[in-house]
Order: sequence, then structure tokens, then C-alpha cells
Amino acid sequence: MNSVVTIIAQRLALGLLTLLIVSIVIFAAVNMLPGDFAELILGQGATPEAVTAIRSDLGLDQPPVARYFTWLGGVMQGDLGNSFAQANFANFAGADVNSGLTSVADQIRPRFANTMFLALVTAAIAVPLSLTLGVLAALFRNSLFDRIANVGTLTSISSPEFFLAYVLILFLAVLNPWLPSLSNIYDGMGFGERLQRTLLPALTLTLVVTAHMMRMTRAAIINLLASPYIEMARLKGLSPMRVILRHALPNALAPIINVVALNLAYLITGVVVVEVVFVYPGIGQLFVDSVKIRDIPVVQACCLIFAAAYILLNLTADILSILSNPRLRHPK
Amino acid sequence: MSDDLLLKIRDLHIEGRSDETWTPIINGVDLSLKRGEVLGLIGESGAGKSTLGLAAMGYTRDGVRISGGTVEFDGIDLVHASAGEKRELLGKRIAYVAQSAAASFNPAHRLIDQHAEGPVTHGVQNRSDSAEDGVELYRRLRLPNPEEIGFRYPHQVSGGQLQRAMTAMAMSCRPDLIIFDEPTTALDVTTQIEVLAAIRDIVEQFDTAAIYITHDLAVVAQMADRIKVLLRGDEVETADTRVMLDTPQEDYTKSLWAVRAFQRPTKPAVLTGAVPLVSVRDVTAGYGKTTVLRDVSFDMHDGRTVAVVGESGSGKSTAARCITGLLPPRSGEVLFRGEPLPADYRKRSRDQLRQIQMIYQMADTALNPRKKIGEIIGRPVQFYTGLTGRARRKRVEELMEQIELPAATFHDRLPSELSGGQKQRIGIARALAAEPSFIICDEVTSALDQLVAEGILKLLAELQDRLGLGYMFITHDLATVRAIADEVVVMKEGRVVEQGPKAEMFRPPHHPYTDLLLSSVPEMDPDWLDDLLEERGRANIGDAAIENMD
Repeated sequence: MNSVVTIIAQRLALGLLTLLIVSIVIFAAVNMLPGDFAELILGQGATPEAVTAIRSDLGLDQPPVARYFTWLGGVMQGDLGNSFAQANFANFAGADVNSGLTSVADQIRPRFANTMFLALVTAAIAVPLSLTLGVLAALFRNSLFDRIANVGTLTSISSPEFFLAYVLILFLAVLNPWLPSLSNIYDGMGFGERLQRTLLPALTLTLVVTAHMMRMTRAAIINLLASPYIEMARLKGLSPMRVILRHALPNALAPIINVVALNLAYLITGVVVVEVVFVYPGIGQLFVDSVKIRDIPVVQACCLIFAAAYILLNLTADILSILSNPRLRHPK
Repeated sequence: MSDDLLLKIRDLHIEGRSDETWTPIINGVDLSLKRGEVLGLIGESGAGKSTLGLAAMGYTRDGVRISGGTVEFDGIDLVHASAGEKRELLGKRIAYVAQSAAASFNPAHRLIDQHAEGPVTHGVQNRSDSAEDGVELYRRLRLPNPEEIGFRYPHQVSGGQLQRAMTAMAMSCRPDLIIFDEPTTALDVTTQIEVLAAIRDIVEQFDTAAIYITHDLAVVAQMADRIKVLLRGDEVETADTRVMLDTPQEDYTKSLWAVRAFQRPTKPAVLTGAVPLVSVRDVTAGYGKTTVLRDVSFDMHDGRTVAVVGESGSGKSTAARCITGLLPPRSGEVLFRGEPLPADYRKRSRDQLRQIQMIYQMADTALNPRKKIGEIIGRPVQFYTGLTGRARRKRVEELMEQIELPAATFHDRLPSELSGGQKQRIGIARALAAEPSFIICDEVTSALDQLVAEGILKLLAELQDRLGLGYMFITHDLATVRAIADEVVVMKEGRVVEQGPKAEMFRPPHHPYTDLLLSSVPEMDPDWLDDLLEERGRANIGDAAIENMD
């Protein structure tokens, strides 16, 4: 087991290093955005004095490197900084700048929880569905079922997300009013109702992510069907289903896990279009709004969370694929 | 009388799909097998042995079909049986033992789980009875630690042990018929003997009928009651083993029997004081933390062949990697005509690189599949001798003439259009293109059929006489050593255990390990295995014998 622990420790360290590099890239990229918060908020009344005042208030007059390290230092301690917009609003209202609601973390927390909820509901539907479809497609390869499954999932992945969303709304909300077309969830809502309102965006996202996972499952299994040990299993008189589930699938896990992880990461970071269509209060909407008004701390924090989600999920996939290899689990 | 037959194949035709057309693989072969009888199926690669063996189970690989004839197992028509009916028989009444046990065991499951899968699926035994029976079979097959070995994963068990575990798995439902498809081809000689003895004993104990497929005549002589010789999908002849060995009828069979007769005349001893062409001095080397070679020293001279023999893992190929500079040794050095060579090939001059060339075991993977033959040979010609254009073309044609492949036909072909033996010849031409004085031949004939291999050995011998080349010939096949070596170096666990002129090596007294290697090579005599087991005792063959030695 020692080698496995070493490998996992190495991957974790590499993941942290990647995150650090990503933080530099994020900071540089966000600072290259044209326009700045002070000018945008002041609009027509942007006198040079007012702009300078706001900029020094927010620390924007500091050199970028100093600002990066201040930000990084804060992030290390779990402090993602204060939202420009909220701080400004609080200033006008005469409230204390540090009164809590203005911090980026407070702003992001509920939104992120919503996004995670949507991602989990989607994953709970999409992962079992695509694995089952993939296994069946491999079992009945080149049959009518295989073709329909392939064409169906390819069609859904090739269509724009908003189009899929409107098609689902048309059939499941308008023509047959089974599900609400608006997903405006809020705190204190019961789990059942929350789930019901989340279902439509979750189904839309399922249609988007199923194709990858299903096709990889199918390909990874078919790839192994020419192996001598599969021939051996057949020559032992096992049923085709057992050959695939017990002999092919355990050896095909590594590529499947990787594709599942990539798609889960997409569910956390790439769902803004679906959120907008269903007015779902997730982190994607917050992100886009913050970019619009150049609310740099929020944008940076969102980017960092997205990056961390990607890295963490890929890391998990790496570790799981390593663990799926019996040579590493049971060294000589 | 024919009702007595367990397996009856009549006028079987099998076709394989290539390039959208069906080409015949088996052209009307008959085969009969009585209960408890062992039939040896022998032929070169491409003769259709495996296809025929699988067809006896009613199974064909993808892209292969039975196009005519009948296969009847105990009165059941396997050609027309449904998939479900065949599944009833497979594993339960007909079992299969594959060539590579390492590839044919599922890497994801423990041996005993794979063992018990058949009996449980077929309703013969429940899981725990079958596992218990597995342990008993492991014991009968003389596997070490029979109680525990089943709980290991395939990668934790050695090749020879896996091959026996697979035989146990085939036995799990006590089938009437087992197809053995080259079960010892991938094993070392000392391991092979253990597996052969184990298979033969257990087949006898349970009175199981078997079809034993191999290309090795000496092996089939030990295993089979009758032998059937196949050539390109046709039967050449069938006879009882002793009859076939004593009086083969057909020319093709006789030619198979004659292969081992090739032997080069003995050369005079090396002059004392002559500077060796290549000399390995006290080389210790390894990968990472593991040490593979320990204080290895030997000399090789112009115009002579040094055969380096030993089992897999003994360090033969690692020694070659040290000589070529691919693996810089930890200590010790390699001398070329008395001058030390830089340890790392990147630090060697082009002329030093030119002098030492290699020919590889797998010609298939050693040739770039996208390059034409002319280019494969032309590239080193240009790199080492600087010839270009017409001069280069002329040199390539000369080289192709030397390897007896006319440039007119082969210059513009791709490697995939060549046979195994032709590809190996291209490998030789590529090595010669550098105009070297020393060539390392790494198991160059072990992937080839005997007749083809003999052609390659003759060609190498001729080239040596003509060009005065020195060869380092890595092999585990002692018949090849006998045929071409001048000196022999025997390696075991990274050390040289014995070295000297060939004649001395094949004459007793030997180092015990050399003795074990020599006596483990199967001979054509059908009583050879019995005699050997009697002489040495069952507990003193293969791995056990090596352990006893230490």
C-alpha cells in the first residue's frame, strides 16, 4: 500500500501547486479586464477626484504584485476579501464596511450551495444512466439499440444548452404542466419542493453530459473485448452480460472515471446558460453579474473556486483510477 | 465404432475475413478423438492449429467463420448449436487452456474467484466447495502453498505457476475434453518441464481427453498419444506418436524433424593475447533500486559468436543494453578493441555508435510500420556512411541482395506486407547498413517458426564468414546455441555462472545450473520426460530444482 500512499501524496502536492499557478493566472487575467470598478460605478459623475478616492478606498492604487500577495495572503487564511459592490452599497447606506454581508465568502456561500445541489441532482441522474446505457450499448454493439443510444446522446450534446432547456420547458412545463419552468429556490424551502424545482435544469444538464460518459463507457469496454481474458471468460461458458460486467468493466474503470470527473467539473463550472434560462440562483449567475460590474474580488473568488473544483475532481479521478488497478492495490 | 468417439470433426472448412473477402484458413480437415485420448496438433504459425482447436469448442474468433463441415461433440452438433446451448458445454464439458496465462487471467480478480466462477455458473458446485476443490487441484499440480496461492491476483504469481493454475481452472468442472493451446510456449525451459509434467499427470488422473496444440515437436512427443501435422490449413498426416517419430511419411514432416540438424563447424580456439572486439569488464547495472547485473565480465572476438543464455530475468538483455550504452552501468566498463567506450550512448562518437548494432526479437515492433523497406534500410546508410541519392539506393540494393530479398520486389513495400522471417531479414539489413563490426542479436529467432528460424541462422552465419562480424547472440533456446555458438556464457540472476567454448559447455561436468538448463530441453524421444522424472524425482525439476541448488 505504501506506493499508493506516495502516489496520492504526490498528486495532492501537484494539485496544490497547480492551484497556486492558477491563482496567478486568474489574478493577471482579471486585472487585464478593460475598465475599472470606480469608473463604472460613478458613471457620468466620474470626476478624477471621486475616482481616485474610490480607488484608494478599495486599494486599487496599490501596485498589482502587492495586491496579489495581499489577496493570496487573505485566501490562505480563508478570507476571500470584500465585494466592491456590496462595500460601496454599505458605504452609501452608512453601515459598517465590515458588517459581514459585504464579504465575498458570504455572498458566494448560498449561491455555491445551490450550484452544488443542482450538480448533485444531475450527477445522481446522469452517471447511473450513462453507465447503464454504455454497458448495454457495448453488450448489444452495432444493434439498433446501440445506434439509437448513440444518435440520441450525440444529438443532445450537439444542441445548444438553451435550446435543450426550451424544448424541455415546452414538453414538461408548458404542454404538460408537470414541472415548474422557473427554478427560483430560496433558503428555508423544503427538500421535496427544492428538488422539484431543480429537476428541469438537472434534466437539461443530464442531456448535455450523458453522451461523453456513455460513449466512453461503451468504447472502454469494447476496447477490452479482444483481450485474451475476455475470450477465456467466454470459453468458460459465461453469459455475455456477466462477461461484460464482471470481466470487462472492472478493467475499463480508469478511463470511465476520468470522463465522469470531467463532466462533474463541468456541472459545477459551466452551467451559467442553464442557470440563466431557469433563473436558478447559482454561482454562475453571480459570476457573470460580477464580471459586468468589475467586482474584482467576487470574480477572482469564483474563478478560484472553479479551478479548485476542476483540480479536486481530476485529482479524485486520478486517485480512483490508480486504486482501480489491482497491481497497485496488491503489490507483489 | 464411431459412437465411441468423443469429438468428431468432418471435412471442416473455416474462413477468415481480410480486406472484405473471405480467405480459407482450414480446408476440409477431419479429426477424431476418443475419450481419454491426447491428440497433438502440430504445425508452423499460420497452419490453423489454434483456429482448429477453438472450432473443436464450437467457437470462432471475430472475423472468422465455419463455412462447411461438422463438429460433433458427444453427439451434439456444435456448428449449428445455439449460443446458449454452447454455453452449457463450454467450461463444463469442454475447457480451454490458453498460451499466455498472464494475459488470460483477468487482472482484476483473485485466482480462486476465477477458478470457482465456472462451477458456480454451471451449477456443478457451490462457491466454497469449488474453492476447496481448487486447493486440491493446486496441490495435485504441485503449486507451492496451494492453500494460499488462490487468494493472490494474477500479477502476483509467476508465469509457470499461472499456467498450472489455469490448468486447474480448466479442470474445475472435470470436463471431458481440454484444448491446450501452446501452454508452455511462453515459458523458460526449466519452468516448461514442470508445467508439462503437471499437465500430463492430471490429464491421466482424470482420464480427460485433450488436444495439445504446439509448434514444438519435442514437447508434443512427451504429451500426445497421436500426432496430427497441419500445413496451411491442410492435414499433412496423422499417426501414433511413436510411429510418427520413427517413420514420418510425408516430406514436410521429415523436414520438420530435420531442422535441428543445422550446426556450424567448430572454429579454432581464440589466440591467446588477441585483443577482444568487445569486452565487458566487471559490469554492475540495474534499474532504480534493483540491481540486475552483478560483476559481469566476458569477452567477444572478431568473426565469432558468443551465445548468452539464461532464463528470463537473468540479465541477458540488460547486458546488451550496457554494451550499446542505453543503460550506463553503475560500475565497470565496456571496452571496444581495448579502448573503453563512454558509458552513455549520447557521449559516443558516431563511429563508435556505428561499430555496434542491434537486431531485435520482435521484428514486427522494431520496424516503423509507416516507412517503406527502402527507407528503413536507407536511413542508417545515409546517417552512418553519408551516401545520398543514387549511391544510397545502390547500397540499399546491395544490402537487400545480401539478405536475399530482391530490391526490385521489396524496396517499396511496407513492413506489414512481409512475413515474419522477411521482416527479421530487414532487421539484419538495417544493422548491416551501418557497416558494423559487432552485432547484438537479441532473441532474433524466438518469435519465428523453426524452418524460418533456421534460414535466419544460416544467413547470419554466412554474413559472419563473409564480413568477419562478431555476434553476441542472446537466447534461451539451447538448440540455437548448439547450432551457431562458438563460445557460451551462462547467466543466472545477473551473474555469469559459467563460460567457455561451446564444446566444453555441452560436455560434462557442468555447473549445476547449466546442467539443469541442458537437461530441461525436451528431446524427441517420447520417453524423455518419464526418464527424466524418474532420474531426478518430481520434486527436483523447474523452480524447485533451482531452489535446491542454492
